[in-house]
Amino acid sequence: MKSLSHIAAILLRQFYLIRSSPARLLPLFVWTAVDIILWGFITRYLNAVTSPALDFVPVLLGAVLLWDFFTRVMYGVTTTFLEDVWSRNFLNLFATPLSIAEYLGGLVVSSIVTSFIGLVVMLILAIAVFSLSFFVYGLMLVPYVLVLFLSGIGLGVLACALVLRYGPAAEWFVWPIPAALSPFAAVFYPLATLPQWMQYVAHLLPPSYIFESMRAILAGRPPSGMGLFWGLALALLYILLAGWYFTRIYRYAVRTGLIARYSAETAS
Amino acid sequence: MTTERSGAPRAPAAEKVLTATGLCKCYGRTVAVEGVSFEVGRNEIVGLLGPNGAGKTTIINMVLGILEPTAGTIHIEGIDIARHRSRALARTNFTAVYAPLPGNLTVYQNLRFFGLLYGVDDLARKIDELLEHFEIARFRHTKCGVLSSGEQTRAGLAKALLNQPHLLLLDEPTASLDPASARDIRAKICAFAAQEAVGVLWTSHNMAEVEKVCDRVLFLSHGKILLAGHPQTLPREYGKETLEDLFIAVAKEPLTLGNNET
Repeated sequence: MKSLSHIAAILLRQFYLIRSSPARLLPLFVWTAVDIILWGFITRYLNAVTSPALDFVPVLLGAVLLWDFFTRVMYGVTTTFLEDVWSRNFLNLFATPLSIAEYLGGLVVSSIVTSFIGLVVMLILAIAVFSLSFFVYGLMLVPYVLVLFLSGIGLGVLACALVLRYGPAAEWFVWPIPAALSPFAAVFYPLATLPQWMQYVAHLLPPSYIFESMRAILAGRPPSGMGLFWGLALALLYILLAGWYFTRIYRYAVRTGLIARYSAETAS
Repeated sequence: MTTERSGAPRAPAAEKVLTATGLCKCYGRTVAVEGVSFEVGRNEIVGLLGPNGAGKTTIINMVLGILEPTAGTIHIEGIDIARHRSRALARTNFTAVYAPLPGNLTVYQNLRFFGLLYGVDDLARKIDELLEHFEIARFRHTKCGVLSSGEQTRAGLAKALLNQPHLLLLDEPTASLDPASARDIRAKICAFAAQEAVGVLWTSHNMAEVEKVCDRVLFLSHGKILLAGHPQTLPREYGKETLEDLFIAVAKEPLTLGNNET
């Protein structure tokens, strides 16, 4: 019961901040909406100049939508954490009975809410304006979204740990992470397009299995059950590893005094 | 108005809310706190005094669980903070001038946020009471970042009393207040300590304030407790007129005073 109250506190704080600040509210859906509009017109153009048998809407626009969802999930976790960095709230926060598991739980729940807002806006635009349909994926869409969600959570917690360890300036590591991963995740092209070394990296990334599987369905081939299994297993493994790493960094910060002198960015 | 405590030294309270034993904190080869042991009893206000860098804030951070001691133990009402951190911290709260409430939330939003974190029952009523008590009800929907430093201090104190802590840690709580506000705040804290059976650990550089509010003082120098006693009798024991004279002596001649200690 107390854990729920602690998680609710993190969520409530985020609600207060978003409600009072357009600078926080708009990014929840503006950039994703821009992405959908941009890629929507690109797919429309590609459909006009290529074979009618080839529909780029589910191939490209569907991929963009799901990749943006993954990105919003990650940013949902990190932004909630960064609020404590920006407001220099670590002393007040970590001197309360809040446990690290509860804190991470609060970051995840906040991310669920904020990423859902972005997802809804993207779906409305993609379906209403560009006639995107996910029916072609059937029920497989559920595990696809789940794996991308779990991957975003894991990556978000890892990014929080890095900021906690290296100080407020490490925030600038966080924002480009999805862009840096996207070539390896094979969002827009088959894995076979990549050189061998990039394929090795891609196989370590859960989203690559999802986008490969989606392309298989669109090509009329059965999706790989093993691929989905590995995607899910890796996503769960990364969440555990990210949680372990965050806890380890937090303990390091408490041991060295970094929490108490966080703005100094160093414990020595 | 009845404000500060005064009169003869009082016997230390038998029931301890804070027991620190053999606390040490080292940063590499730098020793910040060394072998510090002390207790805070119920209804007792203990002053933690010393020059800048003596180790006061380091000790407070260790009691708050945001800094791990290199050695030693901390028990809050008998609960080991190293083993049962959440349980111990649920009985504690603090305010410090270097830890203001997030400026991007209103006073009410901050109190609601921290009230949930501390698991406060009947939170809405408690917040209303504290806003009235610290005379900041008119700032209920004002963001903490735009409050004056005195108003921020009051908001911080409201947060510190939200969970009716049994151990209250105050790091220079009146540092940014004018004399009238400081006296008012001191009176409120003393009344809280008396009524709620709470133990208070109080740091201050204002020796007149310490004499008025503290039942006992601990003088820190270079991370060690150099002297301990009642704030009104301790100066004479060391041949000083006032607590401020003693403070200056601790800051300038700690070795001499340490040798006098028996």
